Amino acid sequence: MNTLSPGFHGHTRPRSDRLPPGQYPTEQFPVLSAGPTPDIPTSAWEFALTGTDGERLRTWDWTGFGDLPQEEPTVDIHCVTRWTKWDTSWCGVSVDVLLEGVDTSASHVMAESYGGYTTNLPLADLTGGKAWIVHTFDGLPLPPEHGGPARLLVPHLYFWKSAKWVSGLRLLDRDEPGFWESVGYHMYGDPWHEQRNRSD
Amino acid sequence: MVVQHLDGNMLAGPLSEVFAVEPTTALRRCPHCRLVSSLAQLHVYGPRPGITARCPGCSAIALRLARHPDALWLQLGGVEGAFRFPLAE
Ligand SMILES: [Zn+2]
Repeated sequence: MNTLSPGFHGHTRPRSDRLPPGQYPTEQFPVLSAGPTPDIPTSAWEFALTGTDGERLRTWDWTGFGDLPQEEPTVDIHCVTRWTKWDTSWCGVSVDVLLEGVDTSASHVMAESYGGYTTNLPLADLTGGKAWIVHTFDGLPLPPEHGGPARLLVPHLYFWKSAKWVSGLRLLDRDEPGFWESVGYHMYGDPWHEQRNRSD
Repeated sequence: MVVQHLDGNMLAGPLSEVFAVEPTTALRRCPHCRLVSSLAQLHVYGPRPGITARCPGCSAIALRLARHPDALWLQLGGVEGAFRFPLAE
């Protein structure tokens, strides 16, 4: 019987096994930003799924997005600046739902955001219950400084991959660097292998 | 909570690893809004995970800099918007 983990949903491992190398736990939720915080009223919010040829395959407005099936993941998040935050609780839509029935040969995805931020991920890392578009944090609407109205959540990769203010996913035939990846951050970003930087 | 940008003068330290001259007086015309501003006048976000410096007029990106253990990556704008460094005669 595990006595170290205080019974949070889904976590059976003690926290000592949940801290990736080079990280420290924090109770804070630091805000890292590469630009002014975009002001996106939900009435103007739109989310688009774009194909490899640039065609918009699907779009949702705020109401339509809210009508999709919602999930409530509780996950640890790991920032490349070395903080880890335990058991963060979110509500949003699994990326599996957004991609349901889409027939694509794409290998990668560029997450695109209001304000111009981008980040690249393998398609396989967004599917299979590993990624969400979330709009609620700790039971409250996601604040703008943390990416509201909605952000990507991909907790098994460094948190720069969880794009704030996400406006869509663009399918790619091959990997391309996003905003931080184009100035030396790792193309994949696995915290368990300390994939912070790249040398090419 | 509002995310505040930093003063462009903070770029002097990080860029001193790259430039032989003091960089903050360098002037640049923004290719997007045509505003001419010095490097010191840019609106800077960061420094972690990287530094993003933006035009004070329109927020278009002027430069990005990321310091890694073995390399410093610096992107200076695009095709337009070159920095102009005043030199002693
Ligand atoms: Zn400008």
